[in-house]
Amino acid sequence: MSEGRSRQIIDLAACRKLTNLVAAVGIIIFGCYSNRSIAGDSSTAELPQVKLINEHTRGQWGDFGIKPSPLEDDAKWCRRLFLDLVGRIPKYEELNAFLKNKDAKRRQKLVDELLDGEAYREEFTTHWATIWSNILIGRTGGTNRTSLISRAGMAKYLRDSLVSNKPYNRMVYELITATGGTDPDRAQFNGAVNFLIDRVNEEGGAQATAATSRIFLGLQIQCTQCHNHPFNQWKQQKFWDFNAFFRQARALRRYIPQTRDVDFAELVDQDFAGESSHPEEAEIFYLERNGLSRVAFPVFVDGTAIGRSGYVSEVNRRVELAKFVMASDYLDKMIVNRMWAQFLGYAFTKPLDDLGPHNSASHPELLTKLGEAMRNSSYDLRALMRWIVLSEPYQLSSRIVSGNEQDEPSLGEPPKFSRFYARQMSAEQLYQSLLTVGGQARGSLEQQQVERDRWLGQFVQAFGTDEGDEATTFNGTIPQALMMFNGELVKRATQLDDGSWLKQIEAMPTKPADKINGLFLTGLARRAKPEEITMGAKLLQVRNGKMGEMLQDLWWAILNSNEFILVH
Amino acid sequence: MAWQNSNTPSGMSRRHFLQHVAGASAMAGTSLALGHSLRLHAADLKRNRKSAILLWMGGGPSTIDLWDLKPGAPTGGPFKPISTSGDVQICEHLPMVAKQMQHLALVRSMSTREADHNRGRYYMHTGYVPNPNVEHPSYGAVLAHELAAQRTDLEIPPFISVGGASEGPGFLGMAWAPFSVGSDGNIRNLDMQIDDRRLIQRMQALDLIERGFVSQTRGAAGEDHRKILKKTLDLMTSNQMEAFRVQQEPQSVRERYGENPFGRGCLMARRLVEVGVPFIEVDNGGWDNHTTIHNTLQTQKLPMLDRAMSALVEDLQQRGLLQDTAIIWMGEFGRTPRINGDSGRDHWARSWSVVVGGAGMRGGVAVGQTNDDGTEVESEPYSSEDVMATVCKALGISLETTYTSKNGRPMKIANGGKVIKELIV
Repeated sequence: MSEGRSRQIIDLAACRKLTNLVAAVGIIIFGCYSNRSIAGDSSTAELPQVKLINEHTRGQWGDFGIKPSPLEDDAKWCRRLFLDLVGRIPKYEELNAFLKNKDAKRRQKLVDELLDGEAYREEFTTHWATIWSNILIGRTGGTNRTSLISRAGMAKYLRDSLVSNKPYNRMVYELITATGGTDPDRAQFNGAVNFLIDRVNEEGGAQATAATSRIFLGLQIQCTQCHNHPFNQWKQQKFWDFNAFFRQARALRRYIPQTRDVDFAELVDQDFAGESSHPEEAEIFYLERNGLSRVAFPVFVDGTAIGRSGYVSEVNRRVELAKFVMASDYLDKMIVNRMWAQFLGYAFTKPLDDLGPHNSASHPELLTKLGEAMRNSSYDLRALMRWIVLSEPYQLSSRIVSGNEQDEPSLGEPPKFSRFYARQMSAEQLYQSLLTVGGQARGSLEQQQVERDRWLGQFVQAFGTDEGDEATTFNGTIPQALMMFNGELVKRATQLDDGSWLKQIEAMPTKPADKINGLFLTGLARRAKPEEITMGAKLLQVRNGKMGEMLQDLWWAILNSNEFILVH
Repeated sequence: MAWQNSNTPSGMSRRHFLQHVAGASAMAGTSLALGHSLRLHAADLKRNRKSAILLWMGGGPSTIDLWDLKPGAPTGGPFKPISTSGDVQICEHLPMVAKQMQHLALVRSMSTREADHNRGRYYMHTGYVPNPNVEHPSYGAVLAHELAAQRTDLEIPPFISVGGASEGPGFLGMAWAPFSVGSDGNIRNLDMQIDDRRLIQRMQALDLIERGFVSQTRGAAGEDHRKILKKTLDLMTSNQMEAFRVQQEPQSVRERYGENPFGRGCLMARRLVEVGVPFIEVDNGGWDNHTTIHNTLQTQKLPMLDRAMSALVEDLQQRGLLQDTAIIWMGEFGRTPRINGDSGRDHWARSWSVVVGGAGMRGGVAVGQTNDDGTEVESEPYSSEDVMATVCKALGISLETTYTSKNGRPMKIANGGKVIKELIV
């Protein structure tokens, strides 16, 4: 990587004084941002895992004759990192502080701050608990009247796990084997049970089988529930062998005394008698397509069998399954693949949760080696995040340049990661970002949560599947654009009431151009272009010189732009 | 309502007015993303005005009790068949539909394999069974895609889903996603509550940023966003939005369709066909009758269906629209020919019926037949793909039309389904 280019730092002493003053009274001020322009940073110091990523991605660029995009400038990279690690765009002061930092290791230090800093702990936790909740129970899990899931219970479990930086494999073990109550305010609480609570009672636990193998191992055996897999060697037998591990698990409804209202649910392990009542050889039967009945016992995907007893005291089938999962290298590859996609927009495989032998990866060796590195780092999720965000692909600009036009995964090409692929923010990222820049949260923490859930709920589709990301209409279509144009949240972010964010900016003793630049830096992590400054001047004119209204119009335009809604 | 803004001079459409404002703006020099609707001659409008309306019976309707009665069979249920204006008999609780049956055809030999709600929904909406590697476009997206190209004057989305989520556009992309609206026609966040001049000025500022970003070549997402912005502004300012306002219809018409969500949805569908929307889905859930099915059908489901469906057919016919509008009535599957312990019927995909009509398809007939107790299809079985192929044929869409999924797989429209010959005149 080349040393950062043109660093013209205009160090404004007076400005700094003003900033200190402003910081002291707790408001922001525009007009004293750093003037340092495009300045790639060579500080993405070479952790061995980062080196590993860089070598493999560069190797492929060489093989395909691809020239990567240049490094992204500090401001845009900072915006990207905030969105990906703490779920929102940086505030003006945060961006500005980073731009003023001349430390060669500033990128690394910002990563450390967002991952481990006390100041970001709450936001980091909320952001990642939401992501994991969407993966494990979907956006709709627990919202249906008949669902046994407690979303609050799932969230509490995930938050506690993230705050303590629980090793990922430990988390998976707990999610697979958990017993206890769903609800944080009820008896026997163990939030981890919410992952399986809705998935064990119906169809002999077919949903538990499919979700566990897909989410943690990247093995899509659900197609083989009814028939042999059309494209690969998975046989129907594999599904039912895997399914047999869940046959001791039961979700029990606990009622409010003297009523028929469900109070909470409890996930328990019960002796399984088998389908012909021989608990010592507790088998299940399934039908092949040709009508023949077949028998299945617990056998892991690699062919290893366990004892056939259905007595929990002799064989706890979920515990045995969890041990197999812990030992499987699919566990390692799946978490690496999932986190990589979370940050880079594309996984090494498509879809990201299909690592089966029929589906070749874009960077198979890197996927395997990163998986091993994850295992050797005690499954530290923060460490994995650090490697990815400090790697070269994550530093690159999202601009397509002459030399990497062919790297276009949206057309079905395997991604080469020779540029950062621009993608839309999630609904959660948008919400948190809008709260950060004008649409202040209101009310108590509980009220804020209710308001947030209601807002996010408007995008959940009535017939959503259980897989989180498919259950949203926050997908770049007209209802989303209407929400941005005219919705309450953007209205709030652009309001001019006393004490509002825009009102404070209006009142600052800075020039109009500085205010305009401040809006662009906050929203888009760049200064306004000359034609945009001119646009601001025209708007000021047609607003009859009313500065606040001009800022309102411009801020509305910024928030509604592609440049704002995309992570790029 | 936003599209009837008080700032607009009387006698001028809001859209037309906005174009004037944009042209005369103090901020001229930036191009505005407003679409220019072509003013077509009435004769042009008549051409290629083909549309399709899907009446979606969510939950799986009991077709053995509606369209293919088995009064002699022990589990045929209590309903009696009645004669119709066509050459078929249907349920006695659909007397108004019976009078329109000369325009509709029954396909009594549907035989499918997906008897789970989600899988059945997906399959009947796409012609494909769910596959994690491909998102198949729904029939709504496909037909909108094929038919909308001829409608340069259409300012509102070409695929509208009333009262339900429908199925997505899959690999065809977000431009073909269903636009969901409640049967009351209310659309969220439509009104900006600022005056039109200011709206236009904001749009001009937005377009400047938007174009700037697109010119930086950061991939297709920026360009896609700009397209959706344009569609959104088109929609916000279009007089065609009037089509959603079913309350404008005379009382007598609203009563004819039925003052309930499905009735209003069907009425809205007719209004949407009139402004040129190529595909409308109207959802009518509540058919998953595992308990006390016949009481539910007789007192709730059938009276509502009878009124709305018959009104839609009659109304389209009287307005001269039926010959260009295909109607498809179906759910994800049928229900068991036997009656369960709770006096209900369960999921059943092996032998059931759908109803089609309009767009020149033969009416008044039944295609295919089931055995005496309705448990088996006794003639050539038909599938989701076959129904789609037949509708495509009726709408003049080539069955050789092929799409390429994002992973490069070629996919034929209607997934290679065969046309049901008896229905094509």
